[in-house]
Amino acid sequence: MRVAEAWRVAWDALRANRMRSALTMLGVIIGVASVVLLVAIGTGTKQKVEQQVEGLGSNLLLVVPGKLDVGTAPVVSPLTLKDVDAVSRVVGDPGRVAVTIASGATARAGARADFTTVQGVLETTPSVFTRSLARGRYLTGADVDTSRRVAVLGASVAHALFPDRDPLGQQIALAGVRFRVIGVFAPLGQSLGVDRDDEVHIPVTAAQRLWGTQRVDGIAVKAPDRERIGELGDRIVAELSRRHPDTEFSAVTQQQILGVLGDILGVLTGVLAAIAGISLLVGGVGVSNIMLVSVRERTREIGLRKAVGARPRDIGVQFLLEAVLLTAIGGLTGMALGVGGALLVDALSPIPAAITWWSLALAFGVSAAVGIVFGVVPAQRAGRLDPVVALRAE
Amino acid sequence: MSARSEPVPRAPQSRAVTLPVGVPAIEAVDVSRTYQLDGVSVAALRGVSLTIDPGEYVAVVGPSGSGKSTLMHLLGGLDRPTGGRLVIGGRDVATLSPPELATLRNETIGFVFQAFHLLPRTSAVDNVALPLVYRGIGARQRRERAAAMLGRVGLGHRLDHRPNQLSGGEQQRVAIARALVTDPAVLLADEPTGNLDSATGEAVLELLERLNAESGVALVMVTHDQEVAARARRQIAVRDGRVRSDTIHDRPLSGAVDRPATLDGAPSAGPRSVSGSGPGRPSGGSGGAAGATGRLSPAALDRTGEGGHGDDLPGGGEP
Repeated sequence: MRVAEAWRVAWDALRANRMRSALTMLGVIIGVASVVLLVAIGTGTKQKVEQQVEGLGSNLLLVVPGKLDVGTAPVVSPLTLKDVDAVSRVVGDPGRVAVTIASGATARAGARADFTTVQGVLETTPSVFTRSLARGRYLTGADVDTSRRVAVLGASVAHALFPDRDPLGQQIALAGVRFRVIGVFAPLGQSLGVDRDDEVHIPVTAAQRLWGTQRVDGIAVKAPDRERIGELGDRIVAELSRRHPDTEFSAVTQQQILGVLGDILGVLTGVLAAIAGISLLVGGVGVSNIMLVSVRERTREIGLRKAVGARPRDIGVQFLLEAVLLTAIGGLTGMALGVGGALLVDALSPIPAAITWWSLALAFGVSAAVGIVFGVVPAQRAGRLDPVVALRAE
Repeated sequence: MSARSEPVPRAPQSRAVTLPVGVPAIEAVDVSRTYQLDGVSVAALRGVSLTIDPGEYVAVVGPSGSGKSTLMHLLGGLDRPTGGRLVIGGRDVATLSPPELATLRNETIGFVFQAFHLLPRTSAVDNVALPLVYRGIGARQRRERAAAMLGRVGLGHRLDHRPNQLSGGEQQRVAIARALVTDPAVLLADEPTGNLDSATGEAVLELLERLNAESGVALVMVTHDQEVAARARRQIAVRDGRVRSDTIHDRPLSGAVDRPATLDGAPSAGPRSVSGSGPGRPSGGSGGAAGATGRLSPAALDRTGEGGHGDDLPGGGEP
């Protein structure tokens, strides 16, 4: 039998049982679509997180006490503003060094209140972290030096406290202390599920006075060039270790953060793909099941075909092609649904989704392989049927 | 449908098996077939020898369980003997692999079954063309040949009807066309009228006989109906896995002669035939018709089917 003929025979057989063929395909369709969709969500999430980490600013070096790793307990920072000066000397340019001391606090303006994150910072923050203002001005060196009670609001805080008024020049109360609003940040959106516009920046000196402490939580450095960023980190860590022999310090780059996050999200994507793969496997078992039923149901047809000259191989190929056609059509449909679903999710929900060619290739390859693997046994059974017995079947 | 104008499109090169003159279409020598059922050997055929010559018209008769179906399957190459030698179309079945046996069936044998065995949801012309698919013939030529063959069985106007749109007689005609579209050497018909009423059955038999006479295909018909069997020139009676008689009528329904050339597997058989009436045969005194009847009596008298009356015996209904 010619190959084209075999495809036609298989196609006719599937068309003759449209309902059953469609239901069998459904298992493969769901399996492939979920692989494509879930991998797209996993990949999209990873891409978005990476974008956001990179969006923090380029050549960023974060210096924190303790060892930065997944699952380690935070360490109480021994760093003070004197250490920040020391780091600035190592870097050689105080304008490239930023600090933060952060705490949750309730901001009030008149009758309105908003629980937010208050960050004590230096005037260098916008250049180190690439932040831009929507209105007003940022903190100045003079503000920091004189612990002036001025504040720059994140977009959501500004909206929560002053929904119908210009916040510039207004007074807010942080932990009962009054601050004057001098600027509002441009909106940033969400990052890792956190609203990055929900924050208030005040001079680090004012923050330390507010909370009665001398410490700072961490230091961020914008390295002059990418090549020597590691070396700079080593020098900063060495200087801080000299000043605080009892504490371990870490300097991590965005690339290291991306690496850790990428590993976590890669595992997440893999788990999603594996779950979807199981449904694809179940779809394959369904194909096998239906093919076995089909062989049994068409025993007489097989007997007749053999009587008129079909070789065992002709029969086997016919049933194998039926299985492959089922899974191939199901696979293509599933891919289309998966891509469409991913586009919908990306457009209509906050969950990002990015379609990757490898997930399409994988899903289709697996479904075709499933068709072959799960079609072989029924096909062999059909091919080996004794024509005498097959013709007698009812 | 066919572009050709000739009523019988028989391209000489399409003849699958051109047997040399004198070579039998099928030759069975001491063929036996034993089945293993739950570890017990059951002998369905116990040494059958017979020869089917090209163009012959042979009826194989016997009660159910006699082994005639097994014999049919062996003669058609659907099954292999467990003993003896079986040569179909000049090829020894024992030497053929399953694919070669399939090809042999395709080229040499045409099957007609009691239950028609047409593919449902498939048009008449595609049903007829099915054997040509496995011969690797292109779609256009397949349709031409199938349409021409359907014309020969009187269904040229029903090419694209599906089996469920055809009457039983028409379905069997489609099956006959399918059996003959490959130009086989032998047409094996297993109870071809078994599912048909008598008038339709008669028409189908006439068609088979006409095709046998026209095209030179050997017609081997398995039946338990003595009236049907009596139409054949040669009758082979099978019982208990052995050939009990093998007789040739010079003309159907007239005086029969023994077929000396045919071997007989029954050890108790006489030198010429098992059919010789021995003393004390119950049919011995039946007068003129008893000559024919007597030759078939061992099988005929043991039948328990539709009446064991003498009137039902072959020849008994002769006008």
